[in-house]
Amino acid sequence: MKILAFAEQRDNAFRKSAFETVTAGKKLAGESGAELVALVIGGNVSPIAESLGFYGASRVLVAEDAKLQLYSTTAYAKVVAEVAAKEKADILLLPATAMGKDLSPRVAVKLEAGLAADCTALAWEDGNVKATRPVYAGKALIEVRISTPRKVFTLRPNVFTAEKAGDSKAAVEQYRISLGDADYSVQAKEVAHSSGRIDVAEADIVVSGGRGLKGPENFKMIEELAKVLGAAVGASRAVVDAGWRPHDEQVGQTGKTVSPSLYIAVGISGAIQHLAGMSSSKYIVAINKDKDAPIFGVADYGIVGDAFEVVPALTQEVKKLLGK
Amino acid sequence: MKIVVCVNHVPDTETRVKVGSDGISIDRTGVNFIMNPYDEFGVEEALRVKQKHGGEVTAVSLGGETHKETLRKALAMGVDKAVLLKDDSPRDSLSVAKALAEYLKGISPDVILFGKQSIDSDDGAVGSMVAELLGMPSVSVVVKLEIEGTTVKAEREIEGGHEKVETRLPVVITAQKGLNEPRYPSLKGIMAAKSKPIEEITPTPASLHVEVLAMRKPPAKSSGKILGTDASAVPELVRLLHEEAKVL
Repeated sequence: MKILAFAEQRDNAFRKSAFETVTAGKKLAGESGAELVALVIGGNVSPIAESLGFYGASRVLVAEDAKLQLYSTTAYAKVVAEVAAKEKADILLLPATAMGKDLSPRVAVKLEAGLAADCTALAWEDGNVKATRPVYAGKALIEVRISTPRKVFTLRPNVFTAEKAGDSKAAVEQYRISLGDADYSVQAKEVAHSSGRIDVAEADIVVSGGRGLKGPENFKMIEELAKVLGAAVGASRAVVDAGWRPHDEQVGQTGKTVSPSLYIAVGISGAIQHLAGMSSSKYIVAINKDKDAPIFGVADYGIVGDAFEVVPALTQEVKKLLGK
Repeated sequence: MKIVVCVNHVPDTETRVKVGSDGISIDRTGVNFIMNPYDEFGVEEALRVKQKHGGEVTAVSLGGETHKETLRKALAMGVDKAVLLKDDSPRDSLSVAKALAEYLKGISPDVILFGKQSIDSDDGAVGSMVAELLGMPSVSVVVKLEIEGTTVKAEREIEGGHEKVETRLPVVITAQKGLNEPRYPSLKGIMAAKSKPIEEITPTPASLHVEVLAMRKPPAKSSGKILGTDASAVPELVRLLHEEAKVL
């Protein structure tokens, strides 16, 4: 039995999801005696590859080429599937990130493998992996089992915690890629970063605002609180549809489903679509004027009060705590 | 240009999900079904591509008789043709993709649009799988699309930014919110859609690779503590987040 973990990097630095994926692979391997191999694809990734050893990968394959510096759907998919076939990997783990979600369906088709996407738990049962995954934006969970010989799983970011397994570096092997021009038929040319913003789906803390903020200008206090906390800014569908905030901040069924350690909902009443997208957060704080707002039904801590008074006070108090 | 948009018929976002008596799917009693919201962006983009480049737009849906409602909506929005791949057996993403690819292969579209994911099973995999099955390029989670000649420039949403991607026709695109503002069907469109024919095709039966063992509701969150009614509760909130929850 062999497990292949795809360790995602961008700009030659690992994403947090890389360590989460490798840790999840290590756990599955440990429980079954399977071998774990990690795969890194990129432009200049050899220097970082050995650090995956700290998370339990004793062997790391590196597929490196200047042309792989930016993501190419077709080239990356070909390399992942090729490596999986050559290594005779039974289980493939990828992160359910923009890259992993784009790659995994193609890899699954190439390997004639079943795919379980956006899993929140993996466990062995009768010699097979049982995966738990949210459906209907988290309104329900399903347990699934893949019946094909090879199996592909993508893992929801922030759910599988990255854990250091030791301080030994991994043995790094160069994988000889054989890619022609046609393999780069889908090619990223450039990445436009939204300056200084943390993505709501990846953040450990999210501060979200809703219609209770009364206008787009009042999101300034949400941004200030988020900045002090090192958090991402989120938004309800109502304020996104009203054009107050960009689409990529929307949390909920037609936005992003998030599972941060801390979710602070300000002026959000808690429509069912919103609750579906954030209820799996570890801790939820609700600040809302209306004591009957459904958001209090899922909140661990609530303040029934005026956001315009509570949020600036919270920013100050957090500053004090963190010594900022 | 031959343009196809694949649409799904799914429970409304307002749905309160209950587990059905089979224990592996939802109770459909009283559930209102709608066109998958992301597919609306797909239909709109298909119509815009046609507006700019000419051609014909076909909407395709895989499912039972009820999927005709969503196909009628696509017709009402302005697509030229609707095709139902009639099969309501349970399918995983790969078996959905195979049925769609089987049909699409025969008509060789230049552009195939999907919503970035279906809001029922939330796999977000079918569009890219269809592309792979047909040997076509694909760009997923697209928020901007430009087609000039056979060159395709698309922007896809990634964590903390956008990736600007280039490829060529024929192409599969999966649409993300923000790509466009879907039009509302006009009354005239709705009336006309009622009498338009919907072609029915029987796809090859599905073979399942992913078996659902059980469905359950997530553990219910119990209401927590209300700490106060004004800013005086803030120090206690911060103390609890720091000492009890340990998230600060």
